[in-house]
Amino acid sequence: MYKYDQIDQKIVNERVDQYQSQLNRYLNKELSDEEFRPLRLQNGLYIQRHAPMLRVAIPYGLLSSNQLYKLADIADKYDRGYGHFSTRQNIQFNWPKLEETPNILRELAEVEMHAIQTSGNCIRNITTDQFAGVTDDEIIDPRHIAEIIRQWSTFHPEFALLPRKFKIAITGSTKDRALVQCHDIGLEFFTNTNNKMTIKVWVGGGLGRTPIIGSVIKNELEWEHILTYCEAILRVYNLYGRRDNMYKARIKILVKSLGIEAFKKLVEDEWKYIKNGPNTINTEELSRIKKYFSEPDYKKDIKNNLKDYRSNKAFNQWLSRSTNTHKKKGYRAVTFSLKETGCAPGDASSTQMRAVSNLSDQYSFGEIRVSHEQNLILADVQEDKLYELWVKAKEYHLVTPNIGLLTDIICCPGGDFCSLANAKSIPIAQSIQDLFNDMDYLHDIGDLNLNISGCMNACGHHHVGHIGILGVDKDGSEWYQVTLGGNQGNFASIGKVIGPSFSAEQMPLIIKKIIEVYLNNRQEEEIFIDCVSRIGLEPFKNYIYTDSEVGK
Amino acid sequence: MTSQLIKGKNIVKNDWVTSELAKVEEIVRMQAGKVVAFKLSGEDYPSSEQVKKTIFPDTGKILLPLKVFILHQEKLKERLVNGEIGIWFSTHEEIHKFTETIGDLNNFPLIAIHVEKFADGRIFSIGSQLRNKHNFKNELRAFGDVLRDQIFFLKRSGFNSYLIRKDRDAKDAIKGLDDFSDPYQGACDILEPAWKRSKR
Repeated sequence: MYKYDQIDQKIVNERVDQYQSQLNRYLNKELSDEEFRPLRLQNGLYIQRHAPMLRVAIPYGLLSSNQLYKLADIADKYDRGYGHFSTRQNIQFNWPKLEETPNILRELAEVEMHAIQTSGNCIRNITTDQFAGVTDDEIIDPRHIAEIIRQWSTFHPEFALLPRKFKIAITGSTKDRALVQCHDIGLEFFTNTNNKMTIKVWVGGGLGRTPIIGSVIKNELEWEHILTYCEAILRVYNLYGRRDNMYKARIKILVKSLGIEAFKKLVEDEWKYIKNGPNTINTEELSRIKKYFSEPDYKKDIKNNLKDYRSNKAFNQWLSRSTNTHKKKGYRAVTFSLKETGCAPGDASSTQMRAVSNLSDQYSFGEIRVSHEQNLILADVQEDKLYELWVKAKEYHLVTPNIGLLTDIICCPGGDFCSLANAKSIPIAQSIQDLFNDMDYLHDIGDLNLNISGCMNACGHHHVGHIGILGVDKDGSEWYQVTLGGNQGNFASIGKVIGPSFSAEQMPLIIKKIIEVYLNNRQEEEIFIDCVSRIGLEPFKNYIYTDSEVGK
Repeated sequence: MTSQLIKGKNIVKNDWVTSELAKVEEIVRMQAGKVVAFKLSGEDYPSSEQVKKTIFPDTGKILLPLKVFILHQEKLKERLVNGEIGIWFSTHEEIHKFTETIGDLNNFPLIAIHVEKFADGRIFSIGSQLRNKHNFKNELRAFGDVLRDQIFFLKRSGFNSYLIRKDRDAKDAIKGLDDFSDPYQGACDILEPAWKRSKR
């Protein structure tokens, strides 16, 4: 993975000093709340219900064992012994003290980490495929360009105070796992007919209160122009994005109101002036970055011993759900579930973090990935070590075989922690996990994404969940709206609301009813989302709302 | 009195008089119970009535509102040649719509951009466009809600003078110019990105 040189390290160190000075001036009343707000946000610091929340960047979800170990130490020293992995592949600490935040940043800087631009109206953490570099459907490893964009976007002077937050996602595989169509800018890499690395550029996608699937602004952009082209898009957005209304400030609203053609024209007009300018990437820089992501020392001729464990049902369930095929024969990518029943989705204790860190050293070249589904991944595990790894990871409650299943719930921190939330989300996730705790039944239901957000800001990606749950406030009480038919990936779609909302108590039963309709209607091998697409919403509505007491 | 003006890296006396727009009664716009804090880019403000009512001194270096300059352009010709006329405009005003009317921007020794609120980052793109698209070479100044924590970004976006908000210490603000010593990306001050400037 990428390693800091002097320049990187200096920027991060100088940032800690700058932030320390900003905090001191705030504490000395030299900065007002309003003035300090954008400054602290650009450093991932929120003022939440109980304490400040600090969001630490994990660029494109990649961590070294050393870094994860440090995060565990920080959780113990400054927090309550756990952290929350977010859908932006970052980690959040819920209980730090304001005065101690500079010390946390100083400790992070020691392991080449920071909290730069993890919040605020600026370019946020670049996200990508959690299986980048190891997946067998990959065309181009997106991490090289992700790192180049990370550096370019860090303290970009022109885009420090945008109308609203700005998120960029990158994919280089045939199957999109990075949600590029649901980002402010989505970059889809492919090889053009001349065998050159090329990018399809999506713009104006996003979830939040107005979910919109992005539009293609450029079908073929040659890779060296990616920074200048992004610069042109961002300049148009910075100048013309709505600043008068926070809810209409995202780029998707601008693209929608102008229309993609008119927007594109403005972008191309700006691009003229900077195309081939100093920020044009050259092959030297690309190969310098590439070197950091070169293949680890893979072993050849690994003996596949998985047959020896054929009778172990629990292990085989895990094998089928929690391991992914790998481009190298004899290897697999392993996903540790942070969705065990009874735990808040995405939360990991410091003990678990240290365990994963150690396991990555033993089994996966000392690297860990964080997925936007809020799980942790060891990307390079030998097949003949899988059983051993499973046994060890089991001790730490990391092997719930529910990856991609109903209980692998994507969930925001919700009303328990977040001051924006309209409703709690973690208890809903837990009540659903409690109801569906029979692993055989879950495996029979098969692939199903259930996503929960506690408010329309949609941090839990509810719009693109096959089943989406949105917490809403009605007359001061918490209700939940259900959508069906959302999807992520190459065929991204926004779920449709099935009808009036439900109470928290009703939610597990409603999910149960939805599953019953699916099981009664599915054709052989048909997964949930395909069934919903085929039969539509009516059968679900009819079954759920027959009881007139249900829904508000 | 100490000056609030930073030019380059020094505090200097401000020898320009800023002509402020004539006060007219403004309708306070509200949205969801809150005052709308930002004018939209391209919004028709100041009004032509306001522009007409605006007065300015007959001699000395003056910084005129863009539209006021346009209105009096003919009679200001000589003063412009003498280097006595600068223009200022706000972050919602679009300079490219007026460049044909006002001619070469480099006739102005000073262009100043007014930023009403700290959080309004349009000022950065305006600076960048003035330098790159319009090739403006002279003094580019930020004024209004200008504080220590913007000026590093302003410097990188092509500004070279900063009039710090009255209630803040300009000497303290100057430190902001050195927040980072070796930035990643190429911008208006340091053109080349880090990987082109030195061997990494």
